[in-house]
Parts: sequence; structure tokens; C-alpha cells
Amino acid sequence: MGNSNSKDGSALEDFGIEYASAIESTSLVNIKDNYGLFIDGDFVASSSGKSFETLDPSTEKSLSVVTEASPEDVDRAVQAARVSYEKYWKKMSGADRGRYLFRIARHLQERAREFAVLETLDGGKPIKESRDVDLPLAAAHFFYHAGWADKLEYAFPQRELEPHGVVGQIIPWNFPLLMAAWKLAPALACGNTVVLKPAETTPLTALLLAEVIRDVDLPPGVINIVTGAGETGSAIVEHPEVNKLAFTGSTEVGKLIQRSAVKRNLPLTLELGGKAPHVIFEDAALDQAIEGVINGIFFNQGHVCCAGSRLLVQESIADNFIDRLQKRIELLRVGNPLDKNTDIGAINSKAQLERIDQLVKAGIEEGAEVFKPSCSLPDNGYWYPPTVLTGVQQSHRVAREEIFGPVLVVQTFRTPEEALEKANNTPYGLSAGIWTEKGSLIHWMAERLRAGVIWANTFNKFDPASPFGGYKESGFGREGGMHGLGAYLKNTGGSS
Amino acid sequence: MPTSNITFGKTGSAIKVIPVDEVSLEARAASLATRSIKTNSKRAALHLSIRCMDLTTLEGADTPEKVASLCQKAKRPDPSNHDVPSVAAVCIYPEMVHYAVKATEGSNVKVASVAGAFPSGLSTIEARIADIADAVKRGADEIDIVLNRSAFLAGDEQRAFEEIVASKDACGEAHLKVILEVGELGSYDKIRQASMLAMTAGADFIKTSTGKISQASSLPRVLCMAEAVRDFAYQTNISVGIKAAGGIRTAKQAWHYLVVIGETLGTEWLNPEMFRIGASGLLNDVLLQLNRLDSGSYSGPDYVTVD
Repeated sequence: MGNSNSKDGSALEDFGIEYASAIESTSLVNIKDNYGLFIDGDFVASSSGKSFETLDPSTEKSLSVVTEASPEDVDRAVQAARVSYEKYWKKMSGADRGRYLFRIARHLQERAREFAVLETLDGGKPIKESRDVDLPLAAAHFFYHAGWADKLEYAFPQRELEPHGVVGQIIPWNFPLLMAAWKLAPALACGNTVVLKPAETTPLTALLLAEVIRDVDLPPGVINIVTGAGETGSAIVEHPEVNKLAFTGSTEVGKLIQRSAVKRNLPLTLELGGKAPHVIFEDAALDQAIEGVINGIFFNQGHVCCAGSRLLVQESIADNFIDRLQKRIELLRVGNPLDKNTDIGAINSKAQLERIDQLVKAGIEEGAEVFKPSCSLPDNGYWYPPTVLTGVQQSHRVAREEIFGPVLVVQTFRTPEEALEKANNTPYGLSAGIWTEKGSLIHWMAERLRAGVIWANTFNKFDPASPFGGYKESGFGREGGMHGLGAYLKNTGGSS
Repeated sequence: MPTSNITFGKTGSAIKVIPVDEVSLEARAASLATRSIKTNSKRAALHLSIRCMDLTTLEGADTPEKVASLCQKAKRPDPSNHDVPSVAAVCIYPEMVHYAVKATEGSNVKVASVAGAFPSGLSTIEARIADIADAVKRGADEIDIVLNRSAFLAGDEQRAFEEIVASKDACGEAHLKVILEVGELGSYDKIRQASMLAMTAGADFIKTSTGKISQASSLPRVLCMAEAVRDFAYQTNISVGIKAAGGIRTAKQAWHYLVVIGETLGTEWLNPEMFRIGASGLLNDVLLQLNRLDSGSYSGPDYVTVD
């Protein structure tokens, strides 16, 4: 008792108590040696015979060999989707479409552990996230949209709408199965058929989903899954018989897609990058705000388009807040993603690791101070420690460019006006966070922040009923909720 | 609740009280409850929870024999296994103190007495001070008093504060634990405020509950208090202990509290000097879990002593 310096300990290990190296068993998951393309209800070989490996980023070990879809393969997939659209899906009642979606949702729940382990193996994210976030949300998206399938006329009363037809969808590597769910569920609920391309570093859960699609007896060709990289993606984008495109990924690729789509006046939704401001006012519930900041930037190793990557903290509490934040970061557990106690997993790919490293180095060269905790990192695999850059100015590259990794940049502000000005001074506008106990200040900020999603006194909360999407270079169109549903229907000129 | 400063007190400087966000606090507590513990570390965790335990009986029907029995159990929780450590303290009414002092003589087990018109605290301050002084005179090492919730909730924080200061004086060498009775305070903001008030007034420990109402200790409430302790240490460099009491019955619950304390305050708090669990029914579950680690099978309530 009495006067002793307070210091946050880093581990319970000092006391002979270790957290379980509670490794989730991989025995449930049966990864095949190689995978074909899922076209017209069957796994088929590529016309080109090309393939590529997919790795476990936490060990760099190869997991499987996946087929690279050529433009001819993509054409086959689009034709299958077209035939299926005309033959089955267009004619099917909404209630029947909903039944298939309900079935997919239930299968995802039943096989949740298997999917979660595979997601973690292929992508490097902690099992507690794939188990508690990715899988429940993916199932929830199918459940939510299953409910809409036979109620579209109530969602959009007095309007004559019909599905687009064949939809091309390209999804990223940060939430592979969840992004597939975000894309597939509304498309199918509205009566479209789909050609989906998962990211080349994380194709396995989409291919496992193909098994589910077969198990629920979805008519062949309603969902086609083609694996591959940029070339496969552009074959989908350029294909003349695709009627709508949806893309989630980098702003750079999004612009290329938009350039192509605009020539053909093709309906398009883009969900792109972000550089979200996370604004902490001096009257905030600081202990919870720290947890919110941690969750905002280190969730999924910061591989989150809406990550709270720019911390704006009021100058009056800045030193204190950063001090406490750094102590809290010391307690984060970085390591084996399959360990249930792991907070931060592996970086998704070597390329991404290099990009993070390069940007942090640029930040240091520009004068930022760097904080990294004392945690040790595994020898193999792709790892980056949780990092905080302080002394960052608005004109620094690290304050402007998306890092897409576990790196938080910290800036300060003096007044709400200054916070708002700095928060909005970015080409992006996907999300933002506000921490204050003053309700009127939350409203004042939320009205003026130019971002698609604004969280107050929390961060990274998602729900299928809530629309998600960006301003400016973060893209356009919304996913989720009735807004997201509308993107998969076209107006046939009826009265409004 | 707006941020407020408690400006009175011996420390002389203003203590800032930071607000608490209920939703995020509860989410954090829930996430800490998912930490799992390695099998070969379980024994250390179970031993630690025994070493931090205040074995408690606070019944009107307590007798010298009942207290003697409790003290024996406190000194040697498992008569068949001498590796099992003794508990931190026994917690009893003042009238029982000298029996407990006698029964624990020569052991490490401390004697803690509730005092000061426990559990309501609504006697005159003179009577409460006399009650505390009496318990100390009888040999109590630790005194558990209650916060004057009546004054605190009526807005007379000054009075609640001064009463704790006076109680601390009456304790002399004995350690003072201040029970906030968190289930009566109505919000995490009030728990945070009461924690800061008690610590500023000189509490050596802040404690969740009397065990006399159904709303007692919970993981988010203890997390809330632990964050207050962390903040107080940050602001003053004074480390105050924390005691969770009421409704803690299983070894797994005890482990969750160790995780919350360890991850919020650090390992300096994971010892009986800084952390206590007050319980009457918990010890036997911990013993049963220890037996299971040794034998590989779960024995049952008849294989541990009732008191």
C-alpha cells in the first residue's frame, strides 16, 4: 500500500499465470490441394491452365493452389449467370429466392467455426474476430436480405423496378467472406445473378461458400465464383454482358473501374479507401475512448477501410491521453491468429507489409515520432506491431494517405471548429468517430462531418440494416439497409 | 454527468473525475471475460484467488464456534493438501473480532472487521467512529466501512468525504476499506465518482458491496472501479487496492476478476496487498477445481468441508 509508482504491467505471466495458448483446432477444416473455378454449379478447370498459391500469412506456408480465371473463363461464368438469370432466377418468386438466402444463412451458422478457422488461416486475422464478428455478420446479412426478397414492393412503393440481370462483383481481402455476403445477399434478394471475384490472397472462404451454395441446391449459375488477380477482375469489368458492377477495394483500382464503367453507362457502386478521423474531446469518457481508439485502428490489423486511422485529440488532454493509450497498447497480444487470446494477427500479405513499412518510414522522415510497444513478433510470417505516430501535421503523407495497417497517426486540435476542419480536410470520407459526453456537440459535429458513417462514443459497429458507404474518394453508393438494396434494382420508367 | 473535480481532501490538489461510457465499458468487460487460461497455469490462478480471498461470515446468527470454524478453514482451506495457501483474511462483525484474533494467532490470516453501522452506515458519525475504534482495539487488522450513500446521493459529497477522513483517523494502523455499495449508486458515473471520493479521502481499499443487497459485484462494475484506481494512481502516484465482494461463487468468476484487474491495473495489483475477493461460497468451488487438476475428475461438494 501507500505511495508507489503506478505502471501498467504487461502480462500476467510474472505471476506464473499464462493465458492459454488456446489454439483453435484446424481439424474441422478440410482444405483441398487445389480448387477449380465455381461456374454453373460445378468446380471446373481454367481454359488457360494457370493457377496460383494462397498462403497462410502468419507462417508463409502454402495452403492450397487456386485456379486463375482467364478472360474466357470469366466469359463462361457470365454466360452461365445469364442463362441462369433467364431460366430460373428471373422467374422465381421473391419468397422462393428468400428461402434460398435463409438456407445459406443457416448453413453459415451451422458451419461457423469451420468458416472462421479458414478465414483466419487464409487471411491472418485473429480467430476471436473471425469467430465473433465476420461470421455472425455474414450470416446476418443473408438473413436480413432474405427477409426483403418478397417485400421489395414495400421497400420501394409506387415504383416499377426490376433486377439488373448479371452483376459483376469484386471484393477485397480484409473481410473476405463478409464482403462476399455484403455483395451476394442483396444482389440475389433483388433477383440478379452474380459473377463474384474474391481477392487473390484470400480466396478460400469464398470457395467454401461455393460448397454451401451447392448444398442448399441453389440453381446452377446463380452464383459463379472466379478466382484470380487484376486481370481476372478487369475481364469482369470489361465484359459487355455484365449489367452492373460493385467493387470494394482500393481507390486506385476503383478509379480504373469507374473509367471503364462510365463509357458504357453501367450502374456502379464503389466502396473504397478511407482515412477516418477519430475525434476525442476533452470531456470524453477517456478510459472507454482509449478502448474505442484501440478498436478503431487495431481491429483486423488496421486492414479496415473505415479504420479510425487519424486520431484528433483535444490539445488540453493530448499528452495525458497519448500516455494512457501507449500503456494500453503495451497490453495488446500480437501473435498466432488461431490463438483465442490474440488481439492482433498477421498482416495479410508481403506486399501490404512493405507498403505499411514504407509509409511509416516516410512519416518518420517527415518528422513524426514513432511509438511501438515492446512486444515480440513471430519469426516467420508477415507482422507489424501496433504503432502510433505522434507529432504528425496535416501536411504529412501519413496524415493524408491510407496506410491500411496497424498504424495510428495523432494530431491535436484546440476547438470543435478546428477539429472539424482537420477531420474534413481529406480526399476520403468513409467514416468518422466522435467522443464527447456532450450530446449537442455530437450533433454539431455529425451534421458537418463529411463521412458516410459516423460513430459517437463507439467505433466499428456494423449492422445489415444500416447503410454503409463513402463520400468523395471513398466511393459512392451504399451497402446494407434499404439504400443498399436499391442499388441492385433498376427503374423501368414507372411512375413515382 | 459532466466532468467534475473533487477539490477537497488531504492531497490538497484537485482530483479530476472522468465520465464513464456505459456501453463501451460493458463491452470491454465482456471481451475480457473471453480470455482463456492455460491448463498448467490454472493452479497458479486458483492459488492466487485463494491468497486474495477474504473469507466472510456476516450473519446475525454468527457465534464464537462459527467464527472459529471459519478461521480454521481460512488458515488451512484444504486439510488434505498443505500446498493450498491460506486465505488473506477473515471478514466478520466487530463483536466476533477477539474470537477471530485468537483463532488466527500465529498465522498469516488477517482479521477484517466491518464497522461503522454496517451495512447502512446510518448511525451518527460519533457512534460509527466509536464502532471503528472498538474493532481496532479488539485487534482487527483491517476495517471495512460503508460509504454514506445517503449523503452522497443527496449531493452532500463533502459530508461523505469528511466521514471517511474521520474513519481513517480512527483506524490508526489498521487498513481502511471503503464499501461503495455499487448496486445502490445507479450509474457507472456515480461509481467512478464515489471511487475517486473514497480514494481522495484516504481509503486503502475501495470495495464493491456489502453483500447485503442483491445488486453486488459485477465484472463491469469492478472494471469501472479499476479504471478509477488506475486514474487515481495516474493523478496522485498513490496506489489504492480494490476488493470485489458479493455474488462471486465460482472459480471461473474469480479468474475473470483476476483478468480484469491484471489487464487494467497491471500485475502489481495481483496480490493480497492490492486485490481482494470477498466471498463465503467461493472457496469450496476453487478447492474442487484444484482437486480436479490433481485427480483429473470432479469430486463433489461432500469432498470439501462446509466450513
